[in-house]
Amino acid sequence: MTTLLLLPVLAPSVAAALTALLGWRPVTAWGIVLAAACELACGIILGVRGVSHPYLGPGHLLRADALSVTMLIVVGSVGVLTSWASIGYLATELDRGHTTAGGATQYGALFATFLAAVTLAVLANNLGIVWVAIEATTVATAFLVGHRRTRAALEATWKYVIICSTGISLAFLGTVLLYFASRHAGGGASALDFDVLLANAGGLDPAVTRMAAGLLLIGYGAKAGLVPFHTWLADAHSQAPAPVSGLMSGVLLAVAFASLLRVKAIVDIALGPGFLRHGLLVVGLLTLLVSSGLLVVQRDLKRMLAYSSMENMGIIAIAAAAGTQLAIAALLLHVLAHGIAKSVLFICSGQLQAAHDSTAIEEFTGIVTRSRLLGTSFAVGVFVLLGFPPFAMFASELSIARGLVDAHLAWALGLALLPMLVAFAALAHNASRILLGPADPQSRQIALPATIRGALTAGVLASVALGVSAQPLTHLFRTAATLLGGDG
Amino acid sequence: MTPPSYADLLALAAGGLLLAAVGIVWRRELRSMVQLLAWQGLALAALPIVEGLHQRDGALLAIGAGVVGLRMGLLPWLLGRAVGSQGMDRRESTPVLNTTASLLSVAVLTVMAFAISQPLVDLEPTAATRAVPAAFAVILIAIFVMVVRRRALSQAIGFLMLDNGIAAVAFLTTAGVPTIVELGASLDVLFAVLILGVLTGRVRHLYGDTDLDQLRELRD
Repeated sequence: MTTLLLLPVLAPSVAAALTALLGWRPVTAWGIVLAAACELACGIILGVRGVSHPYLGPGHLLRADALSVTMLIVVGSVGVLTSWASIGYLATELDRGHTTAGGATQYGALFATFLAAVTLAVLANNLGIVWVAIEATTVATAFLVGHRRTRAALEATWKYVIICSTGISLAFLGTVLLYFASRHAGGGASALDFDVLLANAGGLDPAVTRMAAGLLLIGYGAKAGLVPFHTWLADAHSQAPAPVSGLMSGVLLAVAFASLLRVKAIVDIALGPGFLRHGLLVVGLLTLLVSSGLLVVQRDLKRMLAYSSMENMGIIAIAAAAGTQLAIAALLLHVLAHGIAKSVLFICSGQLQAAHDSTAIEEFTGIVTRSRLLGTSFAVGVFVLLGFPPFAMFASELSIARGLVDAHLAWALGLALLPMLVAFAALAHNASRILLGPADPQSRQIALPATIRGALTAGVLASVALGVSAQPLTHLFRTAATLLGGDG
Repeated sequence: MTPPSYADLLALAAGGLLLAAVGIVWRRELRSMVQLLAWQGLALAALPIVEGLHQRDGALLAIGAGVVGLRMGLLPWLLGRAVGSQGMDRRESTPVLNTTASLLSVAVLTVMAFAISQPLVDLEPTAATRAVPAAFAVILIAIFVMVVRRRALSQAIGFLMLDNGIAAVAFLTTAGVPTIVELGASLDVLFAVLILGVLTGRVRHLYGDTDLDQLRELRD
């Protein structure tokens, strides 16, 4: 059990060190894919063995429970897809002189460091260490966002570092205040451990916990792309290399939100479910409103995908506010399905960017006729996002809606439907043009590198499999939902 | 005359923290802002040192020494290097608010800080927690600086001041977070400042100056 907890953190750390030492070459590049696959395998083995009772790892530092195993599977699957695609992506960039051998080495080392940090954030049993790991992801991704070294990439990096670091600082203040309250409630030196916090949650001082919860919501919300610190998201996603955008969208936002779910379980016991429910509803609805508005006017493919991620984080926040077992289980399915589909779409956007040297939506038409695999993958990714059956988001969105009604929040569902419809229309309009619009007669066929073909095929198959039968995962999601205080 | 008591020393350090924050709002030369930040680092380090002497706790004294090295030495030095490599224009050029209005806002923010942090004092009314409002005032002033200052470096200074304020809250309420968290957090801040330093260099290389007003290509 301990090995299964340590391996997911150690494997990407070793891959990062090897890449830094040996440079970007086939063996190190595949090493990163292997490390991500190892995380996925550990997640699946832990899930199959059953985690109905949380298991605390060495020195109570790490924990395996249904939520951390679920997130480990998310990190692993998105990690495999994006690291696999990175090989082909970097080969093209190197060919065209957009980056150097040193730049590729930096990319590989930072990519693997990010995977290690995000996995630590998922598995840590201590709210303080979760914070350290999440801030470390900012540090690791800063130069990944600015990898292309253009003016726009530099601007995006600056905004990303300043906004995320400031936002996450507020979460640190929240952590300090929660530590204060927990020490006061008898938590002792390990007062920030999740098991201790949960056990003492009933005795936390309400006034101090309220401040802490508000700060943690804003702070981790900043990393999760929620209003009001969302402004870094589209800039960073549009400027980062395509596989990194997929990784940030599928993993970073989700892991930051998962930390918030853990906080919510504690705060709900201390203050009752009303406090964070209202906070999450306000933040979630505003995020939906802002992102759907910006989706309509969007002319850039990668920014469009970024705002769609933000829209989905808004939906997830509202699902967390509902807080029923059904809604939380659906939320976790939504996170996994979104992560895989968004990685596929960002990998496609990277290939389109390479073919056209641009990310403007108007440049791309009729890609189905120009590359069957690219067109099919893009179509599947968009179908997942639009919530078409049989894909998983159809089931998750329906269940979230039912969860909201069960929680007597039908009014919130009503408010959320309008921006969701707007976002649906915007996405469907742009995607149908990109897929089926009349192809420019001068445009050539798009040839995909072998690794990109592999990653896209795997992503599409995973999306279909998850849609056709999420059955093997249902038990895991339900256990996680019960753990997080989901009732009913 | 009696020697200053433990409570006096804590209040003095917290006052120094706040005074340095006000000074940073008042001054507009980047170099003196960085110097004030270093003094603020010293005032911050005084908190665990006073606490450590009071409780005869060697670990707290060691943390205090570490804070001096990091927040009075290394971080201001890194920022100072970025200032030194700037061209002639080392002043905050276009503040959104003038100095008088800024100082008035600082006064309002300080009063607000006392109101906000009341629950913390109520929970455990000790000499240390009574100084928490000053640390909260530093946090609010830091956010204010980040909002109204336009130079890239001023924003980095605001970020570090925010971090000093949060560290002060941690020292005053719980004598610091667990050591492993403290170490990790310090390392993260150090890396963030290193990255900001590299970025200011690149911004200057491309834009000629580090005025954030020029960073507005990306928008919807």
